[in-house]
Amino acid sequence: MASLELLNIRKRYGELDILKGIDISVDAGEFLVLVGPSGCGKSTLLNMIAGLDTVSEGDIRIGGRRVNDLHPSERDIAMVFQSYALYPNMSVKENIAFGMEMRKVPKPEREQAVKEVSKTLQIDHLLDRRPAQLSGGQRQRVAMGRALVRKPRIFLFDEPLSNLDAQLRVDMRTEIKKLHQRLGATIVYVTHDQIEAMTLATRIAVMRAGELLQLGSPAEIYNRPANTFVAGFMGSPRMNLIPGTLKSEAGGLHLEVASEGAAPARVVLPRVPDATRAYLGREITAGLRPEAISDKLDGGSADGRPVIEAVVEVTEPTGPDTLAVLLLGGREITARLRPDSTLKAGELGRFAIDLSKLVWFDPASGARVA
Amino acid sequence: MAQQWDSPQMVKGTGVRWSAFVIYGLLLFFAAIYVLPLVVMLLTSLKPLPEIYSGSIIALPQEWTVKPWIDAWGQTCVGLSCRGIKGYFWNSTKMTVAAVIISTAIGMLNGYVLTKWRFRGADLLFGLILFGCFIPFQIVLIPMATLLGKLGIASSTPGLVLVHVVYGLAFTTLYFRNYYVAFPDELIRAAMIDGAKFFSIFFRILVPNSAPIVVVTVIWQFTNIWNDFLFGASFSTGESAPMTVALNNVVNTSTGEREYNVHMAAAVIAALPTLLVYIVGGRYFVRGLMTGSVKG
Repeated sequence: MASLELLNIRKRYGELDILKGIDISVDAGEFLVLVGPSGCGKSTLLNMIAGLDTVSEGDIRIGGRRVNDLHPSERDIAMVFQSYALYPNMSVKENIAFGMEMRKVPKPEREQAVKEVSKTLQIDHLLDRRPAQLSGGQRQRVAMGRALVRKPRIFLFDEPLSNLDAQLRVDMRTEIKKLHQRLGATIVYVTHDQIEAMTLATRIAVMRAGELLQLGSPAEIYNRPANTFVAGFMGSPRMNLIPGTLKSEAGGLHLEVASEGAAPARVVLPRVPDATRAYLGREITAGLRPEAISDKLDGGSADGRPVIEAVVEVTEPTGPDTLAVLLLGGREITARLRPDSTLKAGELGRFAIDLSKLVWFDPASGARVA
Repeated sequence: MAQQWDSPQMVKGTGVRWSAFVIYGLLLFFAAIYVLPLVVMLLTSLKPLPEIYSGSIIALPQEWTVKPWIDAWGQTCVGLSCRGIKGYFWNSTKMTVAAVIISTAIGMLNGYVLTKWRFRGADLLFGLILFGCFIPFQIVLIPMATLLGKLGIASSTPGLVLVHVVYGLAFTTLYFRNYYVAFPDELIRAAMIDGAKFFSIFFRILVPNSAPIVVVTVIWQFTNIWNDFLFGASFSTGESAPMTVALNNVVNTSTGEREYNVHMAAAVIAALPTLLVYIVGGRYFVRGLMTGSVKG
């Protein structure tokens, strides 16, 4: 278990900048998730930490020690690959023990370690099988066993769940989290799945096009996204990004949402952060999670929450709740309603907005204002 | 992946399918044409000489005999010495086994380096090696003779082994390079992280997973080297000649009467090893040529 520091990491292929100066540092025992759309450089970054790719500029430190020029085997890391990368010619036992064998660990010690790890992962009955004889979930466990058995200082996971079917993916996700809690290991985990990122991480790094957009706890990333990209990328359904104009009338502020061919809608704002006031009379983008728009009005008062009226365009019952696409000033916004909501498409409904969850973005730069 | 190349399981409907008769009829016809020379050879080799001169060449022997086979192996005259073809058979065996093993091993290593330890110019180098596949035998004869002379291994089995290894490398490299290019890089990376180095990755990960392409390469190399006549005739003399050259010397003898039965027996013996290799490995040959093209 060790801390990990990435200091101004850059990667260039000729003229092409793949990574444009990444700074991340995590303490020992943290679970760092690198998340972003494909091509954002997250896998390249992971390979650089592993030593499978060279660093053009910047330093990688593991436990305070610079490892840029160390061979992968000397960095004391273990990696779980997307394809599991199990050696097809070896049994499960040999797969798990291969790393120790290469490091010339004596045989009795190897067997003891394999036995312990396979028991932890509940694969002790599979030890003599070949990878081809295993199911996807079992292969995944063997791949993790191969990483665990070495007790490395950092675990690297490269989209380890993306080849599993939906149900198994959720189960393995929980297992990985349990494993992290039990071992207290430092983990760097790459995924493009924002739910995996939210559920597993103690720290999330959201990347796009070789840049680190935001580094923070899952709660920070979710509630205070640094910009509209992070806001839209994290969370399902996506955060509503509502363009409008901030107006003042009779001492009260409101956001006017308008679009062509529709009557403008008004959201009354009893209070706004100071930074937002600078946008008075100008365009601004309001970011509102679907769960901050609800049909729970509590007898009409909505305890100080502004209430809007909107036409329901579509409802999608998911079971635990009902998603509804509403038309607000001609713009589509998604709301998370009660599961027993009786609203139907085409009906006009009244919805309360939780202003404490409201964030503001500059429409030009996309950066969060408040 | 077993049944992938089968015809689609269409419902054929009822009624007589004349096309099937035509297809199978033609197939049988051509199969007969292909198998006829072999039948004639075998029949002739099992007849006494007078019967050959008097009878039809496709008639069954009236008196079956294996004497021509025994003569061919141990007594027939090859050039001036009359000790049969057995010595030359062993020459060919030694030469072929050594050349096949060496050229396959080096091709394997080349393929490994060209795909998994890529360096600047790797593709260009591969292109140049590939070029070797298209160089006709005849072009290299004279330079090769000079080289063998300088190395002091002219007219010897080691000399022929060297010639065949050099000539075969282009093909073996091509085969292994194309096989390894489809071999998952993640396995190599996993092994690197596990602490394996260049040769341990090669011997522990790559080689054990190369069975199909090894079979393809071995069959290809074995057949070509065993059947080669030009290099054998050019770079060997007398006792060191391979089987193919000896067979020519048996058949093209200018003295005495022509012992067709012995010639046929010698020819079949000369063809047996390649036949055997193909029967043993043929199943893998087709499978090996297909791997890489289909995920499985």
